Amino acid sequence: MNPASLPEPYPSRRSLLRTAGLATVAAPLLGACVTAAGDDKPATTGGAKSAENPLGVKPDAPLEVVVFKGGYGDEYAIKAEQKYAEKYPDAEVEHQGLQKVGEAVQPRFVANTPPDVVDNTGAGRLDIATLVSAKQVTDLAELLDAPAFDQPGRKVRDTLLPGVVEDGTFDGSTVTLNFTYTVWGLWYSKALFAERGWTYPKTWAEMLTLCETIKKAGIAPWTYQGKYPEYLNDPLLTMAAKTGGLDLVKAVDNLEPAAWRQPGLTQAAEAFAELAGKGYLMSGSEALSHTEAQAAWCQRKAAFIPCGSWLEAEQKDVTPAGFDMVMGTVPAASTGDRMPGAAVQAAGSESYLVPAKAANVAGGLEYLRILFAKESATAFAQANNTLPAVAGATDGLTLSSGLGSVRDAVTAAAGDAFNFRFRTWYAPLAKAVDDATGELVNRRISVADWSARIQKASDALAKDGTVTKYTR
Amino acid sequence: MRHGRWRFLLAALAPALVLHAVFVLSPYAQAFYLSLTDWTGVAGQARFVGLDNFARLGADSLFLDALRNNAVMLVVVPAATVVLALFLASMLHGRRPVRGASAYQIVYFFPQMLSLVIIAVLWGFVYNPNTGLLNSGLRAIGLDGLTRSWLAEPSLALIAVMAVVVWSSVGFYVVLFSAAIDSIPKEMFEAAVLDGAGRWATLRRITLPLVAESVQVAFVYLGIVALDGFVLVQVMTVGPGGPDGATEVVGLSLYRTAFTYGKFGYATAMGVALFFAALTLAVFALRWGRRSTVETA
Repeated sequence: MNPASLPEPYPSRRSLLRTAGLATVAAPLLGACVTAAGDDKPATTGGAKSAENPLGVKPDAPLEVVVFKGGYGDEYAIKAEQKYAEKYPDAEVEHQGLQKVGEAVQPRFVANTPPDVVDNTGAGRLDIATLVSAKQVTDLAELLDAPAFDQPGRKVRDTLLPGVVEDGTFDGSTVTLNFTYTVWGLWYSKALFAERGWTYPKTWAEMLTLCETIKKAGIAPWTYQGKYPEYLNDPLLTMAAKTGGLDLVKAVDNLEPAAWRQPGLTQAAEAFAELAGKGYLMSGSEALSHTEAQAAWCQRKAAFIPCGSWLEAEQKDVTPAGFDMVMGTVPAASTGDRMPGAAVQAAGSESYLVPAKAANVAGGLEYLRILFAKESATAFAQANNTLPAVAGATDGLTLSSGLGSVRDAVTAAAGDAFNFRFRTWYAPLAKAVDDATGELVNRRISVADWSARIQKASDALAKDGTVTKYTR
Repeated sequence: MRHGRWRFLLAALAPALVLHAVFVLSPYAQAFYLSLTDWTGVAGQARFVGLDNFARLGADSLFLDALRNNAVMLVVVPAATVVLALFLASMLHGRRPVRGASAYQIVYFFPQMLSLVIIAVLWGFVYNPNTGLLNSGLRAIGLDGLTRSWLAEPSLALIAVMAVVVWSSVGFYVVLFSAAIDSIPKEMFEAAVLDGAGRWATLRRITLPLVAESVQVAFVYLGIVALDGFVLVQVMTVGPGGPDGATEVVGLSLYRTAFTYGKFGYATAMGVALFFAALTLAVFALRWGRRSTVETA
């Protein structure tokens, strides 16, 4: 996507000046185009509410669902649509499975004619914080308090894994629900570790000792997806959160004035600087893409790699047989940590929302109630080897090594699942953190510089009146 | 009759003009207007904020990094490409072409056939520090000391990107300059040889002045290429745009501001700034060119 206002390749001076002149004249007239749509919300056609129809869906109102068709396909969404059509046979259900959801729905948001359900996921997704601040999304409270579709006596809210509701909450109102549940940790090959007699470390000190052993064995202890330094940020921030507890996480997310100088964060940064300084990161990792780094890890060139729980599905085609990848939780920095060692950083993806100006908001909510039913989630887990956001969806299923370890980690965490929100709230801060961590582990900046420059970016955002602020 | 002719002309022109107005002029015009608003890109409303967006540009360190990098590319890329293309074209044409000249000319043109994204992906592999062609080649000839993490070192990353820009565009200019050299009358070269001019003197006194117009065109084209650079940077570099802003270009800043940060108004201001930069460049290049044109009798 090239900048829209680049001139044609070889403009003559006259044509350019003429264009510029015309543009100035025509701007006020044509400028109205993109922003011409008014704010008048179409009357939401609600029906009568009943026990069978708790959200008051108008049975004959058409429903349009736009779904990201990525690694998980869109079969699961289509199944839920079929369920919807069974329940409301008079409703016309329209489905779109797309790779570039943002491109397709952006003009429709602008024109105030959005679809009824959007799975705002994938590379081209719309910035959710922007959508929220532009008041384009429906508060899902009504859905969360409605009875679950196939678990009698429970509210939708109570059927979800810890953190799922909070993850979609902006200023007290929940506006998105993530259908899949992602847990971040350190991945290793169970087979390799068994072969060499290595055990997964519980503390960072043990980690460093093990790294020395691994290095002596001729394998790089760690690699990471250096082209995208956020992958290495995840374990760093997880470690910091365990040390400082939820207060540390909140201080960071609330853009507090000394958030990035908290000891938990600087200690974690020290730890990763040390990891790099001792040569435990595979050389060259800093320039590898996620596919390259993950492939090297699958070839046993490195023992650990930080990643989210999608790794197993992503590596399906290149993982050698008997590799047995499993995810371990990030080791604790010290024994004085404020969160238990089993705590995990977890958040959702496949982010479903109901546009505020949708023609059939009630239908959209009802669709999500059906999609987030246990039966639908179990079918998804079975088909995609991925943990869905519905609790207990994987009960009784035979799971692959990776997904099994992820589920065990979630069970062990027992509610101690946390997530940093600044990444979705303040994308520019996320970039500042990624850049700084990349520089830190390549030893171009010190820990003090690391915290100073991120703090500067955080302060700049806190001062910036054009950015909508959220607190937790 | 005259009246009818006008009607015919109007009927023939109107559809094209309408399309041009709707799909070319109107987006331009809207961009100018939007750069003065805080439009988010997802809502039907935008607040007029005057020149605030342009004022912010001056304090945006990443945007300034981008401007600096584009400026470096603007100086290096056209000059390097033109010099290299002129050298190659004069080796392939002119008085004593090297053997197999036409084959070379086709090979040089190959990159032009590839989409820029493919070029970026391929060069990403070449620059891979562990398994890439470049480092493997250096190791194979015993130059292990020269191997680098090409795209991950701030001092090398932009150079690595510019090398790809030059590599991908030089073939086109070899062809362009070759055509220009071929159009120089043979007698002039012969006369120069009779006067005792060597290869270098022929190039400087005969070839260069007579292909000046093509060179001028090349500078304008390449200047615009250097002001862009978005695709290569987006696909190839760490971050992208890194490490730590080392390869940031205005196009990438614009893209990120619009699509990741949801600030279409501010992003449009970047676009408008880039538009004026390109406009200025084109005007200067054309003016400089007009002065230096040589008349062939």
